[in-house]
Amino acid sequence: MVTEILARIQFAFTIAFHYIYPPLSIGLGLILVIMEGMYLKTGNKIYEQMTRFWIKIFALIFGIGVATGIIMEFEFGTNWATYSKYVGDIFGSALAAEGIFAFALESGFLGILLFGWNRVSSKVHFLSTLMVFLGSMFSAVWIVVANSWQQTPAGFHIVGEGMNTRAEITDFWAMVFNPSSVERLIHVWIGAFLAGAFLVLSVNAYYILKNKYLEIAKPSFKIALVVATIFSLAQLLAGDKSAEGVAKNQPAKLAAMEAHYDSSAVADMYLLGWVNNTKQKATGIKIPGGLTFLLHQDFKTPITGLNAFKPDERPTQVNAIFQMYHIMIAIGITLIALTLYASWQWKRGKLFDKRWLMVVFAWAVFLPQIANQAGWFTAEMGRQPWVVYGLLKTSDALSRTVSANQIIFSLILFTLVYITLFILFLYLLNKKIKYGPVDYGTKETIEQGSIRDNPLLTH
Amino acid sequence: METFLGIDYNFWWFLVFGAVISGYAILDGFDLGAGALHLFLKKETSRRIALNAIGPVWDGNEVWLVIGGGALFAGFPVAYAAIFSGFYIPFMVFMIGLIWRAVSIEFRSKEPGLKWRLIWDFIYSFACIVIALSLGLMLGNVALGLPLNEQHEFIGNWLSFFNPFSIMVAITTLALFMLHGAIYLAMKTEKRLYTKLTILAKNFTVFFVVSFGITTLYTLLYIPHLSDKIRSNPVYFTLPLIMFLAIANIPRQLNKGKYRYAFISSSVTIASLLAMVALEVFPNLLYATNDIKNSITITNGASSLKTMKTLLLIAAIGTPLVGIYTSFVFWTFKGKVKLDEMSY
Repeated sequence: MVTEILARIQFAFTIAFHYIYPPLSIGLGLILVIMEGMYLKTGNKIYEQMTRFWIKIFALIFGIGVATGIIMEFEFGTNWATYSKYVGDIFGSALAAEGIFAFALESGFLGILLFGWNRVSSKVHFLSTLMVFLGSMFSAVWIVVANSWQQTPAGFHIVGEGMNTRAEITDFWAMVFNPSSVERLIHVWIGAFLAGAFLVLSVNAYYILKNKYLEIAKPSFKIALVVATIFSLAQLLAGDKSAEGVAKNQPAKLAAMEAHYDSSAVADMYLLGWVNNTKQKATGIKIPGGLTFLLHQDFKTPITGLNAFKPDERPTQVNAIFQMYHIMIAIGITLIALTLYASWQWKRGKLFDKRWLMVVFAWAVFLPQIANQAGWFTAEMGRQPWVVYGLLKTSDALSRTVSANQIIFSLILFTLVYITLFILFLYLLNKKIKYGPVDYGTKETIEQGSIRDNPLLTH
Repeated sequence: METFLGIDYNFWWFLVFGAVISGYAILDGFDLGAGALHLFLKKETSRRIALNAIGPVWDGNEVWLVIGGGALFAGFPVAYAAIFSGFYIPFMVFMIGLIWRAVSIEFRSKEPGLKWRLIWDFIYSFACIVIALSLGLMLGNVALGLPLNEQHEFIGNWLSFFNPFSIMVAITTLALFMLHGAIYLAMKTEKRLYTKLTILAKNFTVFFVVSFGITTLYTLLYIPHLSDKIRSNPVYFTLPLIMFLAIANIPRQLNKGKYRYAFISSSVTIASLLAMVALEVFPNLLYATNDIKNSITITNGASSLKTMKTLLLIAAIGTPLVGIYTSFVFWTFKGKVKLDEMSY
């Protein structure tokens, strides 16, 4: 029991920390492709300047993403050995495909993206940027496929018994296109685009507020605003599609998301509220019958509630799931309102006149990040007590040879390392932003700079 | 047992996995070696050149580890589960090392200050040494085997990983990576730094040959069964032969100043060393020291035939692609390192 809780805390902590970075890499990758594409098309130095500035920030984010990502691949083996044996036939294939098709592409061309500016033609450099972006998109494909298989297993059969039970693949493409893969992948991609776009919006809003680098900050802001507006709206459709899928495939999760217990009743939709799981009751502001309407377009069809499931086969952290889900929804709506309002102001030619709007954008960088995290917590907590839905319980998936003490040791280690990393990340990001998208200058000035700052160079 | 070109699928995947791990050891081996010897370079410019020599490629090299992990997980999930849960503590240390290696390269150049850079130089070099040592330690223990229960789960104590043989393998791994890294850096540098690296490469050759010799001697005297397989068939003797020729060729090419050939020789040394371990262990992936019946083999530890076929197809499509863009990247950054405004 203790080992299970510790192993779950460790996994949640390491994956949540990791997941700050990949969405930023994907989203920033898209923005870089657009910026560099504009440079290639127009030859305008402004676009070159902004591309090079964001490449520097991309490098920092990508670096931490890689460092914390490797941990994830091996954590299945270290902490979840029984799970690894159970799903290796299926989950492993997706991870292997991710490594060879996505990471190799991404990391290979990253070298050219970061250091190739003076070594290859601008077309080849643009191609490298595109490949890094595609690589990050592909890695999302395989990891979401693997996770979706855990939510909605397909294309497999069960062999063996007792400790040797495992899932074996019968149809590779049915596994890849399992019932929830596509809709969840699109949902994740768009979440990533928003994370990247809002980082660019935030930094440029800050420059505009400080009245600095305006000739670069304003066009950068507009590029990111276009991306943010399109994908905030698209996320509404993708999210709705995703919820529909959950209703069909994982009714217990959906019931937990809206705290719906009674299967004979219509289901409400809450705007906000609080769930008392022992009294099986939610209080808050709601649209009566809202969830029923969303799924069936009427106000009378009953929806499967949590009580339709055995107590040990349904999630227990109902309030947490409920809150996470509603935080995500609230942020989604806020992002739509914010981007539509800003786009309207742009059309009126007054985008940069409203100081308060820039202040909001400067802080809004946290919103997509929180929504991404909250969405994943909803998905993963809502699947409990299963690690593979309907097949393998989380409590049966552990490494039986690893003791609680060992997990505590590594958990403390990871906590210390990740806190340090996060502080350094914020420090360096802040410094880069303060330094600004200025001319990177010639080799000579850089070297003179280093000699000035570093006496070791002179002898 | 279904076969492809006369070889059964599990064995094919064993070969693929071995190739990926060798690829990782050769490619990330020079990055780690360059990192381990980083503090031997005293000047700031030298350190920057050394970092930029691996700068554009180290991340791509590390991906081979990710592919190897995926290959083991997918093809031999039982071994994946046993090895990583069994080596829990050393593997956590290894991974923390990887984190610090990655971020110290990235962080170091972000501040011009002397103290900042010195701190990161230490963290970077220390992380690389820890990574090399823990890799070697785990390799040594895989060669020896571990006590496993009937469900193929590790039942020993992690302190037993620190046995003399595995510690020697760990030191030998570090020495080989440092030699390999020095040769790589020598290829990428010129003038005084180049001269310095040629001297370092020669010293590391001595370091490697001595530690390798002691390990071999120890193995032959105290763990003779580790060379049973090689004695069983004279054809297998070609493997140590190739390795010794490759090792002997390293100082020869170093003296001639032909660093590319020396680099090929150190790469062959790494690959043949791993091939020897694989040959001794085969057909086990993890040998059970308490009861041979509990060993994880390429048969009882493998995924289904369907998955093996899918994996081979994935590898057949993926490998040429990876080959093409890896060569493209190495080709783009060929020649001596030149620092510019995008450099670390």
